[in-house]
Amino acid sequence: MLKHSLKPLTPLGSDEPDSTVIGNLKITERDDFSFASIAQRDGKSRPFAAAAKRAFNLKLPGPGQSASNGDYTLFWSSPEQWFVEAPMATHEDIASILKAEFEESASITEQSGGWCRFDLEGDASVSTLERLCAVDTAMMTDQAATRSVIEHIGVFIVCRSAGQYFSIYGPRSSAGSLHHALVSAAKSVA
Amino acid sequence: MTQNNRLEGGLIDRSKTLRFTFDGKTYQGHQGDTIASALLANDVRLMGRSFKYHRPRGPLTAGSEEPNALVELREGNRQEPNTRATTAELFDGLSAKSQNRWPSLSFDAMGVNDLLSPFFAAGFYYKTFMWPKAFWEKLYEPIIRRAAGLGSLSMEADPDVYDKGFLHCDLLIIGAGPAGLSAALTAGRAGARVILAEEDFLLGGRLNAETFEIAGMAGHAWAAQTQAELASMDNVRIMTRTAILGAFDHGIYGALERVSDHLAVPAAGKPRQTLWRIYAKRTMLCAGAVERPIAFKNNDRPGIMLSGALRTYANRYAAAAGQTVALFTNNDDGLRSAADLAAKGVDVVAVIDTRADGPSVQAGAHFKGAQVVDAGGKLGLNTITIKLANGQTTRINCTALGVSGGWNPNVHLTSHQRSTPKWDEKIAAFVPESTPAEMSVAGAANGDMSTHAALANGAKQAVTALKDIGIKATAGRTPKAEDEPINVSPFWYVEHKGRAWVDQQNDVTVKDIKLSHQEGFRSVEHLKRYTTLGMATDQGKTANVPGLAIMAEMTGKSIPDTGTTMFRPPYAPTSFGAFAGRHRDEDFRPIRKTPSHKWAEEHDAVFVETGMWLRAQWFPKPGETHWRESVDREVLATRKSVGICDVTTLGKIDVQGTDAATFLNRVYCNAFAKLAVGKTRYGLMLREDGIAMDDGTTARLSENQFVMTTTTANAVPVFRHLEFCRQCAWPDLDVQLISTTEAWAQYAVAGPNSRKLLQKIVDKDFDISNEEFPFMGCGEITVCGGLRARLFRISFSGELAFEIAVPTRYGDSMMRALMEAGEEFDVVPYGTEALGVMRIEKGHAAGNELNGTTTALNLGMGRMVSKKKDSIGSTLSEREGLNQADALNLVGFKPVNSDETFSAGSHFINSDAQANAANDQGYMTSVCYSPNLGHTIGLGYLKDGANRMGETTRAVNPLMGEETEVEIVSAHFIDPEGERLRA
Repeated sequence: MLKHSLKPLTPLGSDEPDSTVIGNLKITERDDFSFASIAQRDGKSRPFAAAAKRAFNLKLPGPGQSASNGDYTLFWSSPEQWFVEAPMATHEDIASILKAEFEESASITEQSGGWCRFDLEGDASVSTLERLCAVDTAMMTDQAATRSVIEHIGVFIVCRSAGQYFSIYGPRSSAGSLHHALVSAAKSVA
Repeated sequence: MTQNNRLEGGLIDRSKTLRFTFDGKTYQGHQGDTIASALLANDVRLMGRSFKYHRPRGPLTAGSEEPNALVELREGNRQEPNTRATTAELFDGLSAKSQNRWPSLSFDAMGVNDLLSPFFAAGFYYKTFMWPKAFWEKLYEPIIRRAAGLGSLSMEADPDVYDKGFLHCDLLIIGAGPAGLSAALTAGRAGARVILAEEDFLLGGRLNAETFEIAGMAGHAWAAQTQAELASMDNVRIMTRTAILGAFDHGIYGALERVSDHLAVPAAGKPRQTLWRIYAKRTMLCAGAVERPIAFKNNDRPGIMLSGALRTYANRYAAAAGQTVALFTNNDDGLRSAADLAAKGVDVVAVIDTRADGPSVQAGAHFKGAQVVDAGGKLGLNTITIKLANGQTTRINCTALGVSGGWNPNVHLTSHQRSTPKWDEKIAAFVPESTPAEMSVAGAANGDMSTHAALANGAKQAVTALKDIGIKATAGRTPKAEDEPINVSPFWYVEHKGRAWVDQQNDVTVKDIKLSHQEGFRSVEHLKRYTTLGMATDQGKTANVPGLAIMAEMTGKSIPDTGTTMFRPPYAPTSFGAFAGRHRDEDFRPIRKTPSHKWAEEHDAVFVETGMWLRAQWFPKPGETHWRESVDREVLATRKSVGICDVTTLGKIDVQGTDAATFLNRVYCNAFAKLAVGKTRYGLMLREDGIAMDDGTTARLSENQFVMTTTTANAVPVFRHLEFCRQCAWPDLDVQLISTTEAWAQYAVAGPNSRKLLQKIVDKDFDISNEEFPFMGCGEITVCGGLRARLFRISFSGELAFEIAVPTRYGDSMMRALMEAGEEFDVVPYGTEALGVMRIEKGHAAGNELNGTTTALNLGMGRMVSKKKDSIGSTLSEREGLNQADALNLVGFKPVNSDETFSAGSHFINSDAQANAANDQGYMTSVCYSPNLGHTIGLGYLKDGANRMGETTRAVNPLMGEETEVEIVSAHFIDPEGERLRA
């Protein structure tokens, strides 16, 4: 952790992340991750690939996919662009950490503050998501990742465990509305 | 009354007796009943009054096609008008009321309309209420609106929630009759993802209403057995109480699931209804067919219903519509009702067959080649008059009459994308011609009228549909089942002078159709609009085909040449609540909160919606009773010492790449290529047509990284524009873009003491003195002992000012730290109102000025459009029309008499000119009270304004009858030389 006198708030506006259990579904607010976007610069595919191997040591996921290794989870967000997630405790200044590896082969942007993340765990995950977005979440396999819209809010959905465990990333400013939508839909089914 | 008309058998659960009320009177029914079946079992046939003539009516059908038996269901805030008694499931404690009657259902004062019917024929509105013209709005329309209509609204907010959702499948099967069940079995056994949607609460369709056997067991038992097998398959989703509402593009279907309509109150947290969007790779329409009536005089007496409905009530619901029953048919299926009812012990007194050569039936007196010509019994049928084959008439006493004019396949969904059905002479009905690409049709919906054909074709079509999408399925052996033809001989109406009802919901008679023809409204679409045939909740499901058949007879054209009206979604009535879903009241749209929201709430901020953001508008202090007191205080305190405003909502776009500078140089009209690292510049972005699009500041953090800010309103449009430029206009540039609006909590710290305040926050390693960090400087710094942050020396207020950004999670804490550090300087938080006042005082343009019609020239920034380079909008900004000598210029205004005020939106009219459009000199865009100057000030666009300083003109607001003499002044009311912001 960095040493400074400022204290973080969770996206829902509390000191501690929220955890809500509805029937057999658990909805957990996560604020223990740091987040950055990384985009390959034109003509830099070789140094970029080399840096990616050094930094992540995994095959960069293609469209609709995520990949994890060690501290890092990546998911594809647009052509030659990925979102990178790592533990907040060790990677708070994730952009600088990645910048040191990629140097001028990538454009790296800190995104930690821009997003909130809610994890859905349990049997009712899919039936909850059915009421929220047009994605066929029942068919998402482990590590599938996609972009969608929930109640007008743009989101990323990453499947951690097929049918059972999904992470929803939305804009931090709408964390309250997104959480409300998740909880309301969960109450309909769980 | 204790269910006098209850028969033996049926699919009701007699162990569960349910009490309910209709028009305040208590009755009993059983689990499995609808309101209509339970009322019939209790010998109640009268269930409603008709729309126009207030004629007493009973149910015509036993399904969702019902035109007559509409009731108000439930009470208080759950009251729902126009609910079909024929589909509304009975629950204990249900309360229903009849509609469109006063004072009671059996005595309705508005029944006088029926006596006045000669005045109310089709098109009467257009003829009767022509003059005097003024009477229409004030007199005629209110009276007609009062007299007509169906149910009423409670005017209370609906307490229930409605969900929306999305489903995906290989095969969507619409309807779970024999065809749908057979298809579902075939597809389910093949492992396909199947959705089987059924409007009813039971699967089986007509199998529940008939005595047919399948594979040696009762049809309904076969349906239940099939349901059990389907339910055991993980790949099959059975959706009962679910109507498919529409077939949309690319295999998308709308569906309404009535999740809790059969309960008194939905379970806690559960939705009342769910509106589904179903994405189907293939679809099978197995929606069955709807029987059609034959029109004759007084054929709307309560107790007269479709023959199939009479059979449904008897076989499925064990309810007789009457103790003595007659049947009137033009086809063999109508004869089945006679046999079934007789078998149930109902007294079948007569069977009237329009065909002279039809088969015989062993029930009651059988009159072949005969017609029913009249019916008696105002509040309930008691007699029918028959014209025999030999021309003689005879009267027969009966309390129920089943009518069958043949069956119409439910082709609606095949035609939602404009294709029209074709006429099939064999069954005298329309059948699907072409369907949406992914849809096939089986069973009665396709004109396969026998049970065996439905079972066989359901399986066969499922195999074909699945083969299309690469799934191998095999049709099992078709079980043994009924396979009789219908043998229909078309017969639409009985010739008579009296009123014979075609569309019972809209009170359209055979005569009305003839009148429509006589008056030239002969196309079916004109017929519909002129007579209202086929409108309202039932959409003419029983009336359309008879109506157009009668029109065909009038015109001498064939029925297929006459054609059908357009089929449109929704197939079944759908409440607005379902369409609205969760998007109501405070959940109408998502809310965006700024990082200081919690702090602002604690400090009594009044919030304003700016797009989806909630921003603090001002922060009232105890004792302040008017918003202006708070705003004036915030402005004065900021200009005197220091104020803080959350400006996170402004768009922030990270622009990186080796060509980032080139890219910005092309999207901004002013120069950006050579902006030094550590510097910020104001940028103006034009649209391709030369009109100003957005403005903001862009900072160069490093050689290849810029942070662009946009206005709050244009954060998304600008990002979209940049992405378009990057991907389509200049794909050769090495540029990467991403929004970081929310990633940073950004605060404006403004006022002469802003530097002193920030020096307490910014870590000592960073020198923010004027020398080291001058106006328009920027840099990556640390604050509060090591937290990464960004500092920009920019000013919207015109004061010495900075904007400081920290990662959003620390935004709340940063706000608190800034306020604490500012205590010694009497720091104030300020809201969007004070922000607005200060920018008007400074003459800075905002959305009011960048309003989509104004150019750089209008804004007084004409010279900013660099001609040393090409940029978007540069060329078209040179258009002659945008560069007239008297073009609008942005200038300032103050009242000549400083006590006077004026409004934004006022137009400028020269002192001696008449206030009209021809003399328009421009318009006021922004107005506020300046607490620093002590009077109202404004910004506005004035023709040749830049050359008219010191002149006076009039700000005229004809809407409010306001007019103020104003002086034309510089737009920069405060510190025009810009000394403060450079201090």
